[in-house]
Amino acid sequence: MSELDPRITEALARLPDYLGQHVIVSVTALALGLAISLPLAVIATRRASLRWPLLAFASLIQTIPGLALLALFYPLLLGISAVTETVLGTGFSALGFLPSVLALTLYSMLPVLRNTVTGILGIDPAVNQAALGVGMTPRQSLWMVELPLALPVIMAGIRTSAVWVIGTATLSTPVGQTSLGNYIFAGLQTQNWVSVLFGCVAAALLALVVDQLLALMESGIAMRKRARVAFGGVGLVLVLLAALAPGFARPPATYIVGAKTFTEQYILASLIQQRLRANGFSSAHREGLGSTVIFEALATGEIDTYVDYSGTIWANHMGRKDVKPREQVLAEMGAWLRKERGIEMLGDLGFENAYALAMRRDRAEQLRIRTIEDLVAHAPQLAIGGDYEFFDRPEWTSLRDAYGLRFRERRQMDSTFMYGAVANGDVDVISAFSSDGRIARFGLIVLDDPKRALPPYDAVLLLSPQRAQDEDLRNALAPLIGKIDVELMRAANLRADREENKETPAQAARWLSEQISRR
Amino acid sequence: MTETGHAIEFDNIIKRFGDGQTIALDRVSLAIAPREFLTIVGQSGSGKTTLLRLINRLTEPTDGVVRFAGEDVRAVDPIALRRRVGYVFQGVGLFPHMTVAENIAITPRLLGWDRKKRDARVDVLLALVRLLPSEYRYRFPRELSGGERQRVGVARAVAAEPHVVLMDEPFGALDPLTRDAVGQDYRRLHDELGLTTVMITHDILGGVLLADRIAVLHQGKLIEEGTPHKLMTAAKHDYVRELMQTPRTQAARLRKLMEDGPQ
Repeated sequence: MSELDPRITEALARLPDYLGQHVIVSVTALALGLAISLPLAVIATRRASLRWPLLAFASLIQTIPGLALLALFYPLLLGISAVTETVLGTGFSALGFLPSVLALTLYSMLPVLRNTVTGILGIDPAVNQAALGVGMTPRQSLWMVELPLALPVIMAGIRTSAVWVIGTATLSTPVGQTSLGNYIFAGLQTQNWVSVLFGCVAAALLALVVDQLLALMESGIAMRKRARVAFGGVGLVLVLLAALAPGFARPPATYIVGAKTFTEQYILASLIQQRLRANGFSSAHREGLGSTVIFEALATGEIDTYVDYSGTIWANHMGRKDVKPREQVLAEMGAWLRKERGIEMLGDLGFENAYALAMRRDRAEQLRIRTIEDLVAHAPQLAIGGDYEFFDRPEWTSLRDAYGLRFRERRQMDSTFMYGAVANGDVDVISAFSSDGRIARFGLIVLDDPKRALPPYDAVLLLSPQRAQDEDLRNALAPLIGKIDVELMRAANLRADREENKETPAQAARWLSEQISRR
Repeated sequence: MTETGHAIEFDNIIKRFGDGQTIALDRVSLAIAPREFLTIVGQSGSGKTTLLRLINRLTEPTDGVVRFAGEDVRAVDPIALRRRVGYVFQGVGLFPHMTVAENIAITPRLLGWDRKKRDARVDVLLALVRLLPSEYRYRFPRELSGGERQRVGVARAVAAEPHVVLMDEPFGALDPLTRDAVGQDYRRLHDELGLTTVMITHDILGGVLLADRIAVLHQGKLIEEGTPHKLMTAAKHDYVRELMQTPRTQAARLRKLMEDGPQ
């Protein structure tokens, strides 16, 4: 038998974690959603004045895209947490589980509300009259007659709701909640379609199994077959236990490593985990976190370590607009992080992932261009290509003004095609990311910036406030500091980004680790 | 209930609906004796159902007093009152998710009878309405014919041993043959159990044949009441005479048809 694709074995290895987390979030949201919407629906059937606003509100929530709804809860919870911190002295995490569960709970409500209201109001009025006439109290009428008769319709609503929640839960990955969405988001970023497909299939299968078991219960209720209901119920509990058992059986990880949403970050997170494992520590990862989300997650100690870039922290978190030499940025940033957020900067890895100008090596040599200064004289005869946001960014303004750059033509294109375009000669210069693997693959060179017009984006290893003085962690990660130069990082990125012989981030990280230890 | 007292008494009842413009019952006074079988007839919208619903407080009067066993019903807890009064609903109103036995035992269950007593009662009642317990106990309403359903409805109404049974158009949806059989059977039950029955019907002939006394409602007013014989032979009111004429003409036509023989 031929060996399984390493991408599949890697995906399978992560399944217990992702599936378990996915099930916990979905089940909690569904349970909470039911606990809220069932009583609300019953009240709505009693008071016509409440019915319309309630259903309108639930429908409105449904029109908000799932991802936006999840994202909205982050600033909301952050605000509430800040309030509780000042009032009660303790805040809570605005990331991960809480925003996911709350958003999914809201999302789950509409089908249950609508079906319960429809189911109860759809009962033959003669039956309601009979319930009153035989001497039932309103409560007895609800429990003995209305709910049992509406149950098949309510169950159909619960089924719809369960399928929606399980599907939408994949979107909780970007707000920091591990789910089956991790396969999809990580796969999209690293163009690992096997991973994307794996995530989709896993989520769809889970939804399908839960839906079928609920359908079994629904038909059992409709046909008044206790065995069917019990079979479906036991099935659901078994699925739940099977999904959750590995999580309970496994001891909790000592360290949690974060990663943003692109290949380099996945490779570096993998590298950090490999280092930790080599030093005898267990670790888990939280991948696919947005730039703001991951920084806050570190500051609140939800993750213990990750790699960020100096320019990002300089501009986004410190609010600085000036451009300073890299050593000065690193020094000021380290002090700021420690003082303001208690975050420890263990050190820089040795490369930058900055905006840079790149050219084809032969073309640059032919024109004798090695720096941006050399480029100025030739620029009026050359075309520059940039991604959609580059020409609107302060980096471009700074560059243009510092050197007085004027190009013959400016073209905007998707970053995926940018590298190919310069390699083909469609454009002469592109705005590149300095550690991108495609720089090596297409034989490009990055032009020096003698005036330091482009802000530095040094890759730095950060530790959470709680781990700032953790000697185990510091010792395990110290060997990485200053050991990864930009060529090495490009080569590692290329291994995971290239089309043929594509490696998983973990494989690229192992290769990177070997290279580091050889030096 | 005293021997001389009334089982049910309506005292100058006025019932208005909605904005108070629609008057459903207009100064209705009527007393019903224990063990009496009273039929209320009248057109749709004459206030029959409203009058019936006043007895077990499914509706409250705008003005006037309803007395049940001599007691003002406003002083009685409506839930307890309804459990003491049997009710056969228009369109039967059996609970579709409950078996025949569960339907019949519902009021005893609400009254807290234990299971053994309820089961025994169900079997007695099924036999009483001429349904074989072993065959019908576990059936669902959808598995019954119209006549069977109506018999179960009657059994449910008398399950908790009420003295009073209210029937709202009970046999309206049945075919004539079944209607007659179920009606006769009920009258026998009424006598055997010593019930007081108030029945609403469109079916004048059925009402005339079953009842001890007939009350005629017309546009919210009680225009005449009396024994079937009296109303058939000496009705004072034009509308009542016209109403009672229908079964008479039908009988006459039937007799003529029989006498003429095949043509």
